[in-house]
Amino acid sequence: MDYHSPANFAEASALAAKATGITRFLAGGTDVLVQLRSDLVTPDTLIDIKKINGVRDITRNADGSWTLGVATTGAEMSEHSALGRDWPGVVEAMDLIGSTQVQGRATLTGNLCNGSPAADSVPAMVAAGVTVTVTGPDGDREVAVEDIPTGPGRTALAKGELISAVNIPARGENGGDAYLRFIPRTEMDIAVVGVGVNLRLDGDTIAEARVSLGAVAPTVLLVDDCAKAIIGTTLDDAALDALAAAASAACNPIDDKRGTIEFRTEVSGVLAKRAAKIAYARAKGEQA
Amino acid sequence: MSKFHVTTQVNGDEVEFLCDPRETLLDCLRDKLNLTGAKEGCGTGDCGACSVSVDGRLVCSCLMLGVEAEGKKIDTVEGIANGEELHPLQQKFIEYAALQCGICTPGILVAAKALLEKNPDPTEEETRYWLAGNLCRCTGYDKIIRAVMDTAAELREAS
Amino acid sequence: MALDDRKSQFTFVGTSPDRPDGLDKVTGRAKYGADAHAPGMLHGAVLRSPHAHARIVRIDASKAEAHKDVKAVVTRADFAKVPFKPGLEGEFWNVLENVMAGEKALYDGHAVAAVAATSALAARDALKLIEVEYEVLPHVTDVDKAMAPDAPIIREGAADYSVPEGMHPNVVRYHESSHGDVETGFAEADLVIEDSFTTEATHQGYIEPHACLGALGADGKGELWCTTQGHWTAQKTCAALLGIETSQLRVTASEIGGGFGGKTTVFIEPVALALSRKANRPVKIVMSRSEVFRATGPTASASMDIKIGMKKDGTITAAEGTFRLQGGAFPGAPGDMTAMCGFAPYNLSNVRQVGYDVMANRPKQAAYRAPGAPMGAFAVESVLDELCKKLGLDPVEMRLKNAAHEGTKASFGPTYERIGLVETLEAAKAHPHYSAPLKPGQGRGVSCGFWFNHGGETSVSLALSEDGSAQVMVGTPDIGGSRASMALMAAEVLGVPYENIRVTIADTASLGYNDVSHGSRVTYASGLATIKAARHVVERLCERAAAKWGIPVEAVKWENGCAVPSGPNAGDFDPVPLADITADMGATGGPISGHFEATPEGAGVSFGTHIVDAEVDPETGKTSITRYTVIQDAGKAIHPSYVEGQYQGGAAQGIGWALNEEYVYGEDGCLQNSIFLDYRIPVASDLPMIDTVIVEVPNPGHPFGVRGVGETGIVPPLAAIANAVSHAAGVRMRELPMSPPRILTALKGNG
Repeated sequence: MDYHSPANFAEASALAAKATGITRFLAGGTDVLVQLRSDLVTPDTLIDIKKINGVRDITRNADGSWTLGVATTGAEMSEHSALGRDWPGVVEAMDLIGSTQVQGRATLTGNLCNGSPAADSVPAMVAAGVTVTVTGPDGDREVAVEDIPTGPGRTALAKGELISAVNIPARGENGGDAYLRFIPRTEMDIAVVGVGVNLRLDGDTIAEARVSLGAVAPTVLLVDDCAKAIIGTTLDDAALDALAAAASAACNPIDDKRGTIEFRTEVSGVLAKRAAKIAYARAKGEQA
Repeated sequence: MSKFHVTTQVNGDEVEFLCDPRETLLDCLRDKLNLTGAKEGCGTGDCGACSVSVDGRLVCSCLMLGVEAEGKKIDTVEGIANGEELHPLQQKFIEYAALQCGICTPGILVAAKALLEKNPDPTEEETRYWLAGNLCRCTGYDKIIRAVMDTAAELREAS
Repeated sequence: MALDDRKSQFTFVGTSPDRPDGLDKVTGRAKYGADAHAPGMLHGAVLRSPHAHARIVRIDASKAEAHKDVKAVVTRADFAKVPFKPGLEGEFWNVLENVMAGEKALYDGHAVAAVAATSALAARDALKLIEVEYEVLPHVTDVDKAMAPDAPIIREGAADYSVPEGMHPNVVRYHESSHGDVETGFAEADLVIEDSFTTEATHQGYIEPHACLGALGADGKGELWCTTQGHWTAQKTCAALLGIETSQLRVTASEIGGGFGGKTTVFIEPVALALSRKANRPVKIVMSRSEVFRATGPTASASMDIKIGMKKDGTITAAEGTFRLQGGAFPGAPGDMTAMCGFAPYNLSNVRQVGYDVMANRPKQAAYRAPGAPMGAFAVESVLDELCKKLGLDPVEMRLKNAAHEGTKASFGPTYERIGLVETLEAAKAHPHYSAPLKPGQGRGVSCGFWFNHGGETSVSLALSEDGSAQVMVGTPDIGGSRASMALMAAEVLGVPYENIRVTIADTASLGYNDVSHGSRVTYASGLATIKAARHVVERLCERAAAKWGIPVEAVKWENGCAVPSGPNAGDFDPVPLADITADMGATGGPISGHFEATPEGAGVSFGTHIVDAEVDPETGKTSITRYTVIQDAGKAIHPSYVEGQYQGGAAQGIGWALNEEYVYGEDGCLQNSIFLDYRIPVASDLPMIDTVIVEVPNPGHPFGVRGVGETGIVPPLAAIANAVSHAAGVRMRELPMSPPRILTALKGNG
């Protein structure tokens, strides 16, 4: 295995473009090292992007949007109070991944590029409308988070491409987001179901909404029917029931060691309701 | 296979080693520097027995490559005591019988120390969640949590 | 009177001083299995079967052998050439077959070859160069399916004499015991409940993977360092498997990072020695976590049918149970233990139990804390709870009404001596937990549990130093603070401070034979041996004092660490402290040591009663444990803090078993959850504080009254939690673990 630690993204891209065999980028390493250790994936080329300037910066832009460096850890996100005030759902989703120790290393980008449908931060990012900047041999392009995973362990990134920044939109007024997942224990598990909800209110009525589901299909889903179920409502019981039904209907899960089809389908509706209530309360400026 | 020369600081001492890029920081601490206090319980970041602090940040040394340690400051269980004086956490763990087999103890001490440095007055719930990545199979955590909370109280009184 | 009372008090026993090995263990300097290093050491790695059941057609290791970093490769063929003890049989043969597959790979993870190379990475890489051709065979992993007529046969001829005619060859042992007449008893009952239960296999889940460092030469002399609960067992097993003389292999037990029964046998140790003999260099092998799950002993899985009859007043009229246990591809599942323990807490006129030991394509089961007992208690105590519910009885009162006591004929045959079950139930009834109000959505469960406890072969030696300090050599690895309890007991007898006693876990060359640290036997048996060795030393000390004073030894007694005249008639001499006698012991007759070798038989059975509150989320089926109380008879708690620790640890493991821990097999018969991410043991945030009550009903078979405490604590939790969950959720859970999908399905089924 060759190990490189390039000084900038262009160099990283060039290294990946000319590499043969399996190439992996090393950000937090919490997935790459596990796969390496268990002989699941032994990269021929490992490109550590943490020596690139600015990869751990959290920047609030003039328009209120956020740019996160690709090696920003979950712990650094959780400690950034302004980011947490704007996007508590995204920050909490990231914070749910693994232990305190894992939080010291794990990154949004790594969580996304690992391509797991159960990645906790991804439904939250999709709901929030997060995009990523992709740097490749032909320059940069901006891609919506939901367009990155193409299947379990697979992404839309071409050879020589890597993510060079995470762009979170401006929170704006009267908005709130939330992410909930189901795990059998209280910590340390992979999501059996994950739900991200992001909405904006006009008075008491939901004007905009994005609802995303994790671990219930080969990729994280952005579910329009869930959004439609609550847009134009005050999140009354009927809207919540419609949301739950739409979430369950969108599920296309598998039976596996972590959960059954029936369980995932049922619980996605339960969690969608609970997450929507939290996001709604946050949009109203209430503590939740 | 080409090896990397790594210079790093461990418990305040500058050290050097040669490592294969596939070797973890834990491998390097244990096999190259003979610091066997950090343990490998899982190799997947799920048990916390290999916990160390890197540039002040609590991590699993099994989830970090040795080559990534270049230029970092690493603190392990071997550096917790101050000379012959045990750290209050170490003292309390003995006093509270907060260890049975002791294999998880180094990782838990490193993690608990990181908690108290960040939050000198943690609630029981905060302590339990902070330590959720440190598996202990012997104690049911009861005495561990009590030892950490009592150390925190004592340190608060002392300061 | 007052004086007599004072004499019966203990000075050291019953206190909780700092453990002698505490400093080593909080500073990281304690040496565990993987922490050893030897000059010229090689690293070993084991190639394992990816199939649940397959004939090994061919192994071609030539590419690995040719690699520059590889110094030795071994397969089963290397074990067949045993020069000293040909014709391995019985359990030795089973262990050999398990540590290195013969004609067939019997489970996913079964070892088929091993290499020794110059680095751990090189060894892992070399495994990929070994080519194995398999002929995949049909497999079975479920206990009921393994007994069915069409089940694939794991191994012909493995059954022993106990198995009745006509059973499937996978049924390898059978147990049946009874007294009274259950049919008559059922006829007398006001209500009879018959129900079936299953439990999945769980792993001991010790945090330290198996690790060893072995060196063996062509001269048949060897050294082995390993993490083990019993190094004499490792010694004799490795010697047998490698064809060397037992005494020529010296085994040193490392500090042990948890065992819970799982480190009572060998896995990689004979392999490291075989590689070492071939390479003529020391070889270290450390298992990965995944190897631990795939190839070391989980507990058995179980399928059970229970029938209990009860009168309206709570009297049990008859009880019957059938317990089918699957223990992997070898005989050994403790179906007999499950059967014998299930009804053991109760005074029954009519009882009958049947146990089966069934083989399947899973790793060879190993002991796990009261092996077999928790599953049986889950089934039996669930039915008792259901009877209480239907008859409107208080679960503690019902158990008190039927509780076994001194003189009760146990369900498994013998008559109980003094036991403490009633005392634990009385303590439960009086405990504030039992009467505390429950919140909506919560339920409370109660269960009793029983374990035999064990004595076992034991040797201890105790030597005094000139300065009056003492060193105690014991042969039972210290898993949870036993050095402290040995030092306390020695201090009690010698009358010298606890701190003056150094307890060492001796290697196999330094002490006589010791059984493994299992069966809750260490504080009981090594403790008894320590007390007797210390008494032996006291006799020597009294002899020296008698000689000095010129009086008969019968006229000298030992009090508070001093020799004193036994009475006014013995003469008027000042007390002589221990250190004064040892100071010139070289001139007064030579070194003073004591020792004890025996197989103590009076281990004293143990009972516990647990109370647990659980809360179930009705929308997701997720359970949280909100309160937990362990009440258990310790006989006499030598070091109460570590007794509490055993209670809490047993409860926590039981909580894991009840709620989330399980072996998950795919259609292909391969284990799907071989890492801690998916094998979900409880984490700190999953558990509440675990309250404990130490009941002390002295065991007549121990000088200080000790009963083992290590195992009983895992027996009641499965049932207590199942009962709490069933009350909280309103559905009876018959399958463990009670994972959220299972509870949600049960809730849906209940409408």
